[in-house]
Formats: sequence, C-alpha cells, structure tokens
Amino acid sequence: MDQTSRLKPYLYVAPLVALLLFVFGYPLVQIFEYSFKQIRGIDGPWIGFRNYELIFGQDLFWEAVRHNLMLLIAIPIMIAWSLLVAILLYDRLKGWKVYRIVIFVPYILAVPIIAAIMKKMFQFNGPVNEALRWLGADFLALDWIGSSDYALWTVMLLIIWREAALGIVLFLARLLNLDESLTEAAKLDGANWWQRVWYVILPQMRVVIEFYAVISVITMLSSVFAYVYIMGGGRGGPGTSTMVVELYIFGAIVRQSLPGIASAVSVLLFLVSLLLIVPLFAMRRRANEEETA
Amino acid sequence: MSTAPQAAAKATLPPPPALVGIDTVLKQIVLLVAVFIALVPTIFMIMTALKSDDEYTFNKVGFPHALVFDHFDVVLFESPFFAWMLNSAILAGGAVVLSSAVSCLGAYAIARMQFKGRHFLFSASVALMAIPPVVMIVPLFVLYSRIGLISTYEGAILIYAGLITPFSVYLLTTFFRTLPKELFEAARMDGAGDFLILWRIVLPLSLPALLTLVVVNALYVWNDLLIAIIFLQDDAKRTLMAGISVFQGRYENQIPLVMAGMVIASAPMIILYIAFQKYFIRGLMAGAIK
Repeated sequence: MDQTSRLKPYLYVAPLVALLLFVFGYPLVQIFEYSFKQIRGIDGPWIGFRNYELIFGQDLFWEAVRHNLMLLIAIPIMIAWSLLVAILLYDRLKGWKVYRIVIFVPYILAVPIIAAIMKKMFQFNGPVNEALRWLGADFLALDWIGSSDYALWTVMLLIIWREAALGIVLFLARLLNLDESLTEAAKLDGANWWQRVWYVILPQMRVVIEFYAVISVITMLSSVFAYVYIMGGGRGGPGTSTMVVELYIFGAIVRQSLPGIASAVSVLLFLVSLLLIVPLFAMRRRANEEETA
Repeated sequence: MSTAPQAAAKATLPPPPALVGIDTVLKQIVLLVAVFIALVPTIFMIMTALKSDDEYTFNKVGFPHALVFDHFDVVLFESPFFAWMLNSAILAGGAVVLSSAVSCLGAYAIARMQFKGRHFLFSASVALMAIPPVVMIVPLFVLYSRIGLISTYEGAILIYAGLITPFSVYLLTTFFRTLPKELFEAARMDGAGDFLILWRIVLPLSLPALLTLVVVNALYVWNDLLIAIIFLQDDAKRTLMAGISVFQGRYENQIPLVMAGMVIASAPMIILYIAFQKYFIRGLMAGAIK
C-alpha cells in the first residue's frame, strides 16, 4: 500500500476526532485541572483538594445529591406503569394502534413546554386542585408547586409522566418481537392472563426492563435540569427544595462565577456516569443479542 | 379475484362471539386512563389558550364558553416567538448538518476501512454517549468567555454538533456495517474511489438511518435548555426553549396567554410527529438506547 492510501482512513476520521476532542476531550481533562484550582476569571492558583473539601462541607451540595437520589424512587413506578400499559397494548385490543401513538405524545413535547404547562395545572388554585375538590378529595388539594414539602414530588410526578411514555414504547417494541408461540402454548395449556404475563412474558422482558432501569438512573442523576429550572422559576425552588446537582453546577458557574467549585462537582458527576457506563454497555450488548437471536 | 373465496369462507364461519369479557372491559378502561393521562396537559393547554383571562378565573377545567383568539395574536405579533423559533432552527440545522457530515465520514472509515485505533475510536465514541452534557459546560464556558464565542451561533452549533455526534457515529457505523460487502467490491471494480462510494452508494442506501438521525438530533437541539441558556445569553440569540422559560415567568398570572405561547411552541413538533410518527418513534427509541 502506498503512502496516501495508508493515510486515507485518518483523513476520514480527522474531523470526527477533532470535534470529539474539542467538545468532550478538552472539557473532561480540564474539569480535573480546574477542580484543583481556585479560579478567578480564567485561571488561578493550585489549591489541592480545597474545592472538594468546600463542597463536601456544604449542606446545599448534599441536599442536591439527596434530591437526585430521591428521584430514583420514580423508577420502579415508571417501570410498573410502563409494563402494565405496554402489556395491555400487546393484547391488541380495539384501537391499540391509536392508543400507542397518543401515549407517546408526552415524550415528543419538549420538557420546558410541558413543565410550564404542569406548573400552571398544579398551582394551588389551578385545575388539578379544582378537580380534586370537585371529586371530594380536598385533602389531596395540596400546594404542589409552592410548598417546599411537595415541590420535588411534583417534579417527580412530571418526570414519571414523561419518561414512562418512553418505557411503554420500548417495552411494547420488545413485546412485539417476542416469540408468540410460547404465549399461545401457555394459552392452550389453560394459563390465565396473569399467569401468562408472570411466567411467560415477564421473564422474556428482563433485559429490556434492566436496560430501561439503567438509562432511567442516568436520567434521574444527570438530566433533570429543564424540569426543575422551569418548575422552580429558574432557581429550583421554592428555596432549595428542588436543588439538584445539575442546577448546582449551573449556579456555581453562571451565577457565582466559581469554575473551580463547578468543576469539582462536574468531576464527581463524571465519575458516577463512568460507573454507570459499565452496566449500560453490558445491557446494550445483551439487548442487541436478544434482538438478533 | 381473491374476494370470492374469502366471502365464501366468511359465509361458512359462525359469526364472532358477541360477548366481551369483563377483563377486556377492564383492560380498555386502564388503557383509556393511560391515554387520558398522556393527553391531559395538551388538552388543558389548548382549551386554556382559547379562554379569556376572565373566563379562566372561574372556569379552569371546563371547555371554553366563547373562543378567544386574542392571545395567539399577542404571542405571534407582539412577542419574539418567531425570532426564537428561527434561532432554534438555525442551531438545530447547523448542528445536524455539521454532525452528520463529520459522522458520515468517520463512520464510513470505521465501518469500511482498516486502520490502527478504529476499534478504540468506536468504543470511545460510544462511551461518550453516557456522559451527561452538564459535565462539559464549565471548561467550554470559561474558554468561550475568553475567546468571545458566548452568544454566537457558531459557538453553540459547535457544542451541539459535538454532543450529538457520538450517537450519530454509533448509529451510522452499525448501519454501514450491515451493507453487503459485494456492493463495495463491485463499485471498486468500476474504479470508484471511497468518497464516491460513500456519496453515491452508501448515503442513498442509508436514507432511513439518516432520517432517524436527523429526527433525534434536531429534536435534541430544538428541545435543549441547558446549553441554550448558558451559551446564548444575548436576547437576540435566545432559543425557543430559553424564550419559553422567560415568557412563562413574565406572564405568570396570564395563564391563557402563556398557554397560547405553549401551543405555538409545541405546534411544529406535534405536526411533525403526526406526519412522521414512525420515524419519531423509531428514532427516539434508538436515541434512548444510546
């Protein structure tokens, strides 16, 4: 092979490598450096682990972490609801194709739009509470948005509402790929609906459920910014009641101009996402194997 | 021709049982509840947008008594919604074009050429899909502040293009690998070079994958809030999503007006979804699997 054709592949991947190095490579190296520096403006002196000591000693940081972890509670609910709806759709009752299209709508709407709508719906004097009072459920007519006791739960409700749409479509896609002869055989053997779901369908869905669980963990820990930003009026509130790690980083860099602190938190979030990449890769491989098998 | 035997078969078969089991009714009810829950915010948004402010204060849940279109006038002609949408479209278009071009070249090399480091490049690129974007913003923000790229289209397009590229590489590489080898050999026999093969043969065959890619990536950029509010702080460069967050805060108490804004903001995506729902569902599923 001559010189030019040996170089050719590198010419093809050069723009790709350059783009990835700029948007991922440079920041991922730089957050480590910044996290050990006290930066004012664009640079500053090395201060060892001071930034980490500062954030670890700060209640607000731990509150943000706790809120992200609390959002994980939503995942079992999302899985259960998505499974129920997906399995019912799989029964192909009348109208299921239309239902499927409609049920995916929450995932099409942008998070800021839906958060703005939900914020108005869940106002203390809003339609949700009005409907609850009309149904005689006054005790449920809470101050969903305005009370720091409930604000995070309301955000969670919104996240469940939107992310479950993805779960339903993912699960349904898996169901439609199942080997139907197994369910048919179970039917012939006299297994009722619950038995078919429990013994035949669910075991075959394990991989896709685990997969959905892992991507949901990633969502809860690192992709809820738009929800809390809009619901909490740009600050994540009332007070710090919906403060999450992303909002913490956002505040540290944009509002307080503390790149060192923001980088230290970014490093921690990066390390957590590294931990999650391992199961994600293993699961994607298994999901692919199942699909091609 | 085939209708005759079918009709005959129908005639001989007994009519389907008329009774519908109680469990079927129960299942239908659960599904209708799911449909209702999925649609409620959209219905609320549209109904409220058509009410007057006065009506909304005493009629929050019901249908509007008189349809009022004033709020749409205000949104369309007295607020910068179109400018915001245009900004979002420029960013989405720019990022998708840049990322697609870079990814097509890279994915073609990874899938079809032999070179050192190609496995590493692919694995590294795939791994980047799981890194949350928020991790990257601090150094880029510091860098952009220093070199004056804050509030520029180029700066934001570069970041968006980078963030969506790992998924593009993943999708295109896996797709390019499924194309039959003979295709490439035949083209090479005819004397076609790699670029010609990519442009004339691979890309036309990859149209479904490319469409999926465009849907997922454009939607990602269009819907993003985090990058938009950090890197486009200038009012003139504000995107639709950043605009919405300002808009809904400014008119906190004029709920029908806010909802009219949301109707306009969500209209493009809802229309596209209705028109191309197959690509949306397939694309977003592929996007989630990333």
